[in-house]
Amino acid sequence: MPLLHIAQLSKRYGTDKYALDGIEFTVDTGEFVAIIGPSGAGKSTLLRCINHMIPMTSGDVFFNDTSTKALPAHTLRTHRTQIGMIFQHYNLVNRLSVIENVLHGRLGYKSTAAGVMGWYSTAEKQQAVEILQSLGLSDHMYKRCDQLSGGQKQRVGIARALIQNPKLLLCDEPIASLDPSAAKIIMDTLKDINQRLGITIIVNLHQVDVAMRYAQRIIGINSGKIVCDATPHDLTPTIIHQVYGSEAGELILDFGEQHAQA
Amino acid sequence: MHKLDFFTQKRLSFGLFVVVLIVLTYATIIFTEYNVAKGFTAIPKAVRWATANFYPDAASLKKLPTILLKLRDTILMSVASATVASFCAFFVAILGSQTTRINVWFSVLARGIATIFRNIDVSAWALILLFSFGQSSFTGYFALFFVTFGFMVRVLIETIDEVSTDSVEALRATGAGYFTIIAQSVIPSCLPQLVSWVLFMIETNIRSATLVGILTGTGIGYSFDIYYKSLNYHAASLVILVIVLSVFAIEAISNRIRRAVL
Repeated sequence: MPLLHIAQLSKRYGTDKYALDGIEFTVDTGEFVAIIGPSGAGKSTLLRCINHMIPMTSGDVFFNDTSTKALPAHTLRTHRTQIGMIFQHYNLVNRLSVIENVLHGRLGYKSTAAGVMGWYSTAEKQQAVEILQSLGLSDHMYKRCDQLSGGQKQRVGIARALIQNPKLLLCDEPIASLDPSAAKIIMDTLKDINQRLGITIIVNLHQVDVAMRYAQRIIGINSGKIVCDATPHDLTPTIIHQVYGSEAGELILDFGEQHAQA
Repeated sequence: MHKLDFFTQKRLSFGLFVVVLIVLTYATIIFTEYNVAKGFTAIPKAVRWATANFYPDAASLKKLPTILLKLRDTILMSVASATVASFCAFFVAILGSQTTRINVWFSVLARGIATIFRNIDVSAWALILLFSFGQSSFTGYFALFFVTFGFMVRVLIETIDEVSTDSVEALRATGAGYFTIIAQSVIPSCLPQLVSWVLFMIETNIRSATLVGILTGTGIGYSFDIYYKSLNYHAASLVILVIVLSVFAIEAISNRIRRAVL
């Protein structure tokens, strides 16, 4: 069943050239999609158009078969509550505790008064504790976020997204600021969320090998256009070089091993 | 060849800068008929006069209760103007900051207002306000209020943009409303800097209030003015001593508060 359909989506900043140019693809419920492409290709813009953090110029995004093109403010908030987002720089409120940051994920469901005052129900607090336990953060629950390591901060970011009970997770370079071992924990966590909770995941990645290992499907973007849309198995070095607009041998690719595993 | 040009050019432009500075200094000395030698030889004379006359004696200590009463007025006026102006400035800064502005025009307006209020000096404000309020505490209060307001809008805009851009994005993505985002992300992120700047403004205002007091005939500045003009140098020096000590005390207190908040 299609969860998300991107239809001829274009985005132009001012009068510059198009950051996204006629993007079209469909994501089914439960898929794990990786988006790869060089810096400035439009990966971040694409993710942010899906939850309308950046207004699109033309085209449409269908979520649950519903157009989200011209949503009134209230419906837009409802749309966003169904989509969790994870960021490269975690985007936590560093001075607040871990549990407070996790509970921020519930703010989309709240009235202005409840949101401003930060009133959370017992059930919500209970859920926050459970999610933190499942992510191995129960010891850090009352710590301030600025005392955590990068990998721990990113797990708090994931917890904040999960407590939204989202149908879709958008991950914008979730491991770009992490060391390899923390990066592996984060990617394993995302894979687990995808398989155990059935949450659809779209993740922007710089690391082609990580995309090939974790994703079911890889979409390559260059200059705002889709260059390839394939399973990791079908992805050849030639296609990858097309995505990055480079000659063979100019990329750091660990390709033989990947295909041997696949 | 190219490299050589680069360094020669740098040396030349620095040399030119030094020459301009020397010419400018010399021209102003001639223009104001300032005698450099006389200026420096006057310093020991000034010190001799100060040690002979400008110290508190027993008679002037009798005036201490009156002086302390005036000091209390000045401190209260400084604290009141700093806190109320900062409170108002916070709301304007929210409209002015890139992260939290409602639209570009509000932002330009907020920054413009801040620039006007900030760039008119506190003594100029006092003189302007003398027309409206005459020689009363209001004049001093509003002069300090306006300058604090302009300064605080500016630094708070920068603080908000620096500290909370990321977490504001995250909360927007959860579907949280505008006021919820301000209360849950902007305020907790900015709080330490906010407190720190308010304390800084209280310190600054106590110093300015003395000067403003001379103009508006209120507070400790007025005491100094009266004693000085009636040639009671002992009492005037006591006033200075009291001001210096109170500034030290306030700074010590505010440093403690800063450490506690951070």
